Amino acid sequence: MTTSHSEFLHGIRDELPILLGVVPFGMIYGASAISAGIPASIAQAMSCIVFAGSAQFVIAQLIAAGTPSLVVILTAFIVNIRHMLYSASVSSYTRKLHPLWKWLLAYLLTDEAYAVTILHYQKPGDDAQKHQYFLGAGLALWTTWQLSTAAGIFLGGHIPASWSLDFTATLTFIALVVPALKDHVSTTAALASALTALLVIALPLKLGIAVAALVGIAVGLTLEMMKTQSR
Amino acid sequence: MSQELLWITIIIVGLLTLSIRLSFIVFMGKMRVSSMAQQALRFVPIAVLSALIAPALFFPSGSLNISLSNIRLIAGILAILVAWRTRNVLLTIFTGMACLLILQAFVPPH
Repeated sequence: MTTSHSEFLHGIRDELPILLGVVPFGMIYGASAISAGIPASIAQAMSCIVFAGSAQFVIAQLIAAGTPSLVVILTAFIVNIRHMLYSASVSSYTRKLHPLWKWLLAYLLTDEAYAVTILHYQKPGDDAQKHQYFLGAGLALWTTWQLSTAAGIFLGGHIPASWSLDFTATLTFIALVVPALKDHVSTTAALASALTALLVIALPLKLGIAVAALVGIAVGLTLEMMKTQSR
Repeated sequence: MSQELLWITIIIVGLLTLSIRLSFIVFMGKMRVSSMAQQALRFVPIAVLSALIAPALFFPSGSLNISLSNIRLIAGILAILVAWRTRNVLLTIFTGMACLLILQAFVPPH
């Protein structure tokens, strides 16, 4: 077997444990998009066009609340801006690749693919075929995300509204945020954002979410800078 | 939102997301992210998701409700405790959903 093949398969293999968590997440997205009133075709297309789990949940929630298009776009942009950090972090390894490879790998650059790929890049060894590993991990995630979304869309269409399935979106956010609160700074940033969101809820067009997020980021950044200065 | 507008919205979000992911890989290969920008980006997911959670729990049907009849708040607090103790995504979602559905059977909607 050639190196490129074994790198590709290695990427798929390392992604497998993460996929166990992605399957239910994708199904819950599909079902909650349907309960948000999004047509099945658009809910599935979103998995392909946007291909970013948390942003897709957020978009579905905002659309269910009748949010105007521009605010949906702005909020989704803020949710996805963290990918810039991933892009910067892998760019030193992808520099020599053909532009087509760069575009393909950038499209596949999600939280889950980045997590395993960057660790593999940082391992000592020949870097020449490591983009095959990236592709394997990325495609494994992509395929799983599309299939689990489709399963969720199918199930969502058969679940009555009285089951309050829309609440799974909020619960998913809780399950993602709480474990990320590893120190006082991030906890305070989260509380500042939550409190601001409640205070500015009367803002038109659901702009409150973007405003609250910016306040939370500013609080976190200020505390972090005070911490480093006092050292 | 009409279906046409929904399609356009999603395509624009998709293009923006792709350009964020392309940013350093294709367009700004030689640039470095400042450490302050890195710090700020670290807080983005936490801040955005918290801003979505709080109103969903405290304003379940569009108006403020801090009472025992707000079953989403109760189920949400339980989910936060489970997430804090176990760090398990699926267990958190499952417990929160189970709590909501059980309370829903006892508390009449209003």
